[in-house]
Amino acid sequence: MRHTISVLVENKFGVLARISTLFAARGFNIDSLAVGETEDPAISRMTIVVKGDDCILEQVTKQLNKLVDVIKVNEFNDIEYVERGNCLVKVSLSRSNRNEIMHMVEIFRSKIIDISQNFVIVEVTGSEDKISAFIRKVMPYGIKEMCRTGVIALGRGHNIIKVSK
Amino acid sequence: MVKRTGAQILVESLLKENVEVVFGLPGGQVLPVFDAIYESELNFILVRHEQAASHMADGYARSTGRPGVFIVTSGPGATNIVTGLCNAYMDSVPLVGISGQVATSVIGQDAFQEADITGITRPVTKHNFLVKNVSDLAKTLKEAFYIATTGRPGPVLVDIPIDVQRASCEFAYPNKVDIRSYKPNYNGHPVQIKKAAEAINKSERPVLYIGAGTIVSNAENEIFEISKKASIPVTNTLLAIGAYPLDTSLSLGMLGMHGTFYANKAMQVADVIIAVGARFDDRCTGKVCEFAKKAKKIHIDIDPTAISKIVDADIPVVGDAKTVLKEMIAFIDSKDRKDWLNIIDAWKTEHPLWYNRNDDKLHPQYVVEKISELTKGEAIVVTEVGQHQMWAAQYYRAKNSRLFLSSGGLGTMGFGYPAGIGAKFGNPDKEVIVVAGDGSFQMNMQEMAVAVLNDINVKVVILNNQYLGNVRQWQEMFYSKRYSHTCLAKRKRCQKWCNSPKRDTCPVYVPDFLKWAQSYGASGIRVTEKKDVESALKEMLKTKNSVVLDVWIEMEENVLPMIPAGASLDSIIMRMNG
Repeated sequence: MRHTISVLVENKFGVLARISTLFAARGFNIDSLAVGETEDPAISRMTIVVKGDDCILEQVTKQLNKLVDVIKVNEFNDIEYVERGNCLVKVSLSRSNRNEIMHMVEIFRSKIIDISQNFVIVEVTGSEDKISAFIRKVMPYGIKEMCRTGVIALGRGHNIIKVSK
Repeated sequence: MVKRTGAQILVESLLKENVEVVFGLPGGQVLPVFDAIYESELNFILVRHEQAASHMADGYARSTGRPGVFIVTSGPGATNIVTGLCNAYMDSVPLVGISGQVATSVIGQDAFQEADITGITRPVTKHNFLVKNVSDLAKTLKEAFYIATTGRPGPVLVDIPIDVQRASCEFAYPNKVDIRSYKPNYNGHPVQIKKAAEAINKSERPVLYIGAGTIVSNAENEIFEISKKASIPVTNTLLAIGAYPLDTSLSLGMLGMHGTFYANKAMQVADVIIAVGARFDDRCTGKVCEFAKKAKKIHIDIDPTAISKIVDADIPVVGDAKTVLKEMIAFIDSKDRKDWLNIIDAWKTEHPLWYNRNDDKLHPQYVVEKISELTKGEAIVVTEVGQHQMWAAQYYRAKNSRLFLSSGGLGTMGFGYPAGIGAKFGNPDKEVIVVAGDGSFQMNMQEMAVAVLNDINVKVVILNNQYLGNVRQWQEMFYSKRYSHTCLAKRKRCQKWCNSPKRDTCPVYVPDFLKWAQSYGASGIRVTEKKDVESALKEMLKTKNSVVLDVWIEMEENVLPMIPAGASLDSIIMRMNG
């Protein structure tokens, strides 16, 4: 099963290394990882996606909590939440596929952010599934390059993950 | 406020933490610190190898309950302590290590004696710090001691670049620590505690399974009280030897790979297991899917990650053992559990710990029994790692906690002798005896210089079988007696394959441990026959100086009983050849 975890950590050097070392040492696999500052610059938020059964999730959560620089760990599957990832895809452009690509961009509500003689860069935002679906669709046209972010997520409405004072 | 250099801040902070003794070795990138030590009151002990400094600090910590401290230089000095940190991490021993580092301006440039020691030690420390600013140093040290000694204890490393040691700032050692991301939970959940007590009350065949956490939290009395009140037999792990008195009928002794028949059997037929500060190590559980299948597991531990990591806990209680047990006692019914105890007594009579006491051979178990008898179990016995460690664990009857020190989780050969020296620094009035193997002892025996020069009276009893005996035993049992590179006497002229060693025809053993001890100004005694063991031990104990007692034991003696690695606790081997 897929789990999205929010980890609030001290914004210090070496913290990312501690977390990736932990995952490596315990044999847990990270599906995706996104890190960024929060509204409080002393705190960073990591959004980690892992696959595994409940036992693995329990160990991951507990091991993360055990790290001294980790302030708070929450799993999103317990609460209502939204998640988004982002992907930039560079596709070969030709007279014959131009219209189809434009059409695809429209269907996926994505954006063209660069266009040149032979290439187009499309930005697609959404859930992991949506991004994967888009990639599958444009694959036949020839993907020259792509890069994809980890998922970020927030709880809906009053579900707020914060450091208690 | 007064201004101090980083080096002075370090020294004064250690004194503020009431650090009695610091082990270590100087080097280029830690010179300012050693300059500050020169005129200070800090009791610094110069070792001969940094690894030994970390084990000395470890032995000091295990025997006193106070954090052990060591200082080393950057690069190789720091990489030499990795084993010591890992060893302490596996066994939850509070250490504060200080390493010098190259100047902040050259970090990352592969400078001379630079090593990314915080990177290297991240997986083997509870936490570590690289101090980049002198104004953070005092607070960091305070946090280091706090983290090392609270919750589940462990080693903390503080890496201090040389420019930070030289820089100065105003100094005041903080009184309080507040780390928002680190708040160990000491109080168990009341609902869980009640649930646990109810399960115990309903059980017919409960067993208390106690580990090092019992000793860390000083919960020995609470364990004793509960076991007596509810008539619950108690088995201890290797690291909890001494935490429960062996001379009561409720004691099962040590469990696991080389534990007693009755301890392992009791685990397998128990209906409730109460694990206290123990972590279901594979040496204790054997094959996990065959382990204690009938038992409901109650797991009390201060470290949530220990719970349900290996064996699913039915009733987890996160908290400090002493605090939790104190609350639990009131809910536990008095019971005599006659039937259960009768079954256990029958096992004890049928399958006691056994070795041949009736022949004239020099069995290692006999040596340990004699040590136990002559010291009345009141000496601190420290072991290296191997067969001798298991014989010591089986036959030394430690009267109390902190009287049997051994490397459990990591199984570090070379731990025992320096740890014994460290223990003696913390317990100058206690007899300290290192039970060593001839293989292990050679890994850190250079530290005899430290013992002799500091009048540290530590005794070493080498159970000498000319083998890396534990591995040889496995080769005998599981590799058709193919003794590949376990003979320590083997010379170039020996035949390629040999599995029939004899003292009189084998090459002369090197080193001669007697001459070697003498070269340090210590005494050496050799015993080759059973009849001389007792008098030699007496002579050793009388001597007020370092002594090496080299005991030539049966070369192919095996540690039994034994549960093969990865096998169920039920497949215990009691005797060789059937």
